[in-house]
Amino acid sequence: MSDDLVVEFLVESNENLDLLDRELVQLEKKPGNRDTLASIFRTIHTIKGTCGFLGFTKLEAVAHVGENLLSRLRDGQLSLTPQITTALLQMVDAIRQMLRSIESGGNEGQRNDATLIQTLTSLQSGDVRSPVKSAQPLQQSETSAEAGGNGHGPGSTDGDLSERNTPEIAKCVEPPRPECPAETRPESKEEAGQDQAESSQAQQAGRSSVGEASIRVDVVLLDKLMNLVGELVLARNQILQFTNTIEDGALLAPSQRLNLITTELQEGVMKTRMQPIGNIWSKFPRTVRDVAAACGKQIRIEMEGKETELDKTIIEAIKDPLTHIVRNSADHGIETPDKRMAAGKPPEGRLLLRAYHEGGQVNIEISDDGSGLDSEKIRKKALEKGLITLEQAAQLGEREAVNLIFLPGFSTAEKVTNVSGRGVGMDVVKTNIEKIGGTVDVHSREGVGTTVKMKIPLTLAIIPALIVTSGGDRYAIPQISLLELVRLEGEDARKGIEQLQGAPVHRLRGRLLPLVYLNRELRVENGSPDATHAAAVNIVVLHADDRQFGLVVDEINDTEEIVVKPLGKQLKGIRTFAGSTIMGDGRVALILDVLGLAQSSNVVSEARTRALKEKEAELTTDRGEKQTLLLFSAADDGHMAVPLDRVGRLEEFPVSSLERAGDSLVVQYRGEILPLVFLSDALEERRKRPRHLRPANESASDRLQGIVYVHEGKRVGLIIEKILDIVDEMIQVKSPPSRFGVLYSSVVQGRVTELLDIRAILNNPSTKPGRQPRATVEA
Amino acid sequence: MGATKQLCTFSVGEGFFGIPVERVQEVVRPQPITPVPLAPKVIRGLINLRGQILTAIDLRYRLGLGEPGDAKLLMNVVVRTDDSPVSFLVDEIGEVLDVDEDSFEAPPDTLQGEMRNLIGGAYKLEGRLLLALSTERTVSPANELRNKNRD
Repeated sequence: MSDDLVVEFLVESNENLDLLDRELVQLEKKPGNRDTLASIFRTIHTIKGTCGFLGFTKLEAVAHVGENLLSRLRDGQLSLTPQITTALLQMVDAIRQMLRSIESGGNEGQRNDATLIQTLTSLQSGDVRSPVKSAQPLQQSETSAEAGGNGHGPGSTDGDLSERNTPEIAKCVEPPRPECPAETRPESKEEAGQDQAESSQAQQAGRSSVGEASIRVDVVLLDKLMNLVGELVLARNQILQFTNTIEDGALLAPSQRLNLITTELQEGVMKTRMQPIGNIWSKFPRTVRDVAAACGKQIRIEMEGKETELDKTIIEAIKDPLTHIVRNSADHGIETPDKRMAAGKPPEGRLLLRAYHEGGQVNIEISDDGSGLDSEKIRKKALEKGLITLEQAAQLGEREAVNLIFLPGFSTAEKVTNVSGRGVGMDVVKTNIEKIGGTVDVHSREGVGTTVKMKIPLTLAIIPALIVTSGGDRYAIPQISLLELVRLEGEDARKGIEQLQGAPVHRLRGRLLPLVYLNRELRVENGSPDATHAAAVNIVVLHADDRQFGLVVDEINDTEEIVVKPLGKQLKGIRTFAGSTIMGDGRVALILDVLGLAQSSNVVSEARTRALKEKEAELTTDRGEKQTLLLFSAADDGHMAVPLDRVGRLEEFPVSSLERAGDSLVVQYRGEILPLVFLSDALEERRKRPRHLRPANESASDRLQGIVYVHEGKRVGLIIEKILDIVDEMIQVKSPPSRFGVLYSSVVQGRVTELLDIRAILNNPSTKPGRQPRATVEA
Repeated sequence: MGATKQLCTFSVGEGFFGIPVERVQEVVRPQPITPVPLAPKVIRGLINLRGQILTAIDLRYRLGLGEPGDAKLLMNVVVRTDDSPVSFLVDEIGEVLDVDEDSFEAPPDTLQGEMRNLIGGAYKLEGRLLLALSTERTVSPANELRNKNRD
């Protein structure tokens, strides 16, 4: 027998086995589905037939008993029980193992499958349904089998099964004609991508046509083609640049043609490498079923957008991270049925996989409706393990705390189960996703569920990029992160950039856009004029991790298709760069890693989710009053705001600078004695958390954040928990004051926020400026 | 007469160095270099060698022989590593020499500094010493070097 034949058999059977996994789990959900059963039967039958022909007798024996069991199921003589499903899945595993040893050693290996065979055989003689009950399903089986053109009628329930199968086996044992592999392969592919409920007739029709129209290609060859196309794109870019410098009509026309052809070729080659994400998702129902069975849980898995396509290398790269997250959700996220019932949820947990295109990227979301992540627990754990400092822990917002799970060395699972918590942590997930230029983020609400969201580039090799210049060198910014370009000239260049406590910002359509100077970030200022004094300012508006920021560069050049080349290991540690590329003139340019840049310049840290705000702004009509508010958090984590025009300054006071004057606390401030008011004291009545958990004034941190007010001609420092943001907001929803010191509550950026009545607080005798707070602050 | 070995030789400052020829991919004239901001000072930047992007290491600075030289004048010795090839920037390229293994001697303990880590030993040639440079150690900067200039 030829090796080619065996290889073909292995590839085909592996695909078939994946299909089986999927279908068996599907069948368990809908035991009555005749179409699925018929399809499973066909698949196992194909495997059995082929391995019989190739002389793999052990394999054939296992497949044979499985097939017998299946035929009884199909004919309605048996009904599906969990035991049967488990046994059938075990059979699939056994076959898979044998295939593996055939692949490595050329034979089925030293296995003893007697127990499995016995189990499968004994299950066959299980509960035989009464003939009356089987009458209905029988009818269905008849139609589907006939429609499928499988060549054997439904027969009577008492017929000899092996005999009935004989004609088909004979058909398969026939020496394979050249078109034989081509005929079987697309079957599995097509079925994988299609809804199983679709009529088998349509499959049959599609099968032959697809079979003739497609061929199998070695991935290595595709990789090579991709590399060559990459080189071609570079050469094209160089030629185009050259053409632009000389006026030669004879050169112009062919170079334009070259341009078009290269682009089309590139698209074509890239398309050959695209695969639907469903290819990796298809393994998850089985994974989830196993986890659920092991933990005594009920989990339903749902998929949306499984036809979304990604480059093969990316599919490979996200396979393990995805599997890990799915396992995690099933194992740790979703609770056991009784816990769920107790929480008022349906006993069956839901795991949703979603994939969709957005802005040249693919978003993948894995959500569960489980218990969610406990941000306090995570914070504590991270502290315990020494991953963050006490100060950091105190400063972290909810979202940041939850994202601590991505730190290396972090695992909250109290007990390590055999399902997850085996070393492949979320940090590995994050590293792997970031390695391919993607991002991963987790959102969680306690008791409601967890969503892990990934953004993945479509392809890695060739990307469109914006070329900018800073400090005399060119840098490429992946177009994927680009939102818009802003150029400020003349008067605007000077006035357009404002300083917010030393942080440069630009008002973009009324919203503050934090600015990052590329020169400064890269420390390549070398005498180039400071942007604040330059005649024009170029701002590249980028987004990273849902945040927007403006990157100030010296020059904006052009957009270009660039070929991404990795950096050598000596440079891998620099997060600001994602790689390098060769420009049209043959010089090397670095590709900026927008996320890395945002992180190193502190753009990405807890602030507001701008997208959310934008959405709200769209909804807001002209009614309501527009105000610029200073947002901050109070001791109980609630959001509060004061109008910015009333704020004198924002200050930080080291705890050590606090002094006592009589029974009040003061600080020396600009040559004056500044009395302090602790907001947590002024509003004490509603604080529910015990002091020791989150002490007033955050004694965990050695700095206090304060707002300096001018009240009745004197400066007063109002000490608050944490300054969050400055926002322009239409105040629409108002509710009556919730407590003393509050004017009204409103919704600001999607959160209920209390608008403080500063006058009332500062006039209240019990919180008179300078009065010592009840919480002890070590001065 | 012991076994002989072929070394590609070059000079950096006063030093005369050699790398086994099989480690050397090629020798290239000065190339335009794209500097990499934030990178350690030993890394001068990236060069484009016929579509392949190489990291260029300033050997003078790497060996602790002084400040980096003028990149426009420095020759490239392209060295194969287990990662992608790396270019060593050197002052001058010498001949390929056949050296006698018997003439090899480990460096004296009095040799100190970064040079100590990077030099495997010396071949005692007539009139001068040829220092055997370890390419692997030269391309994997020690931790302190990697962190140097980060802030």
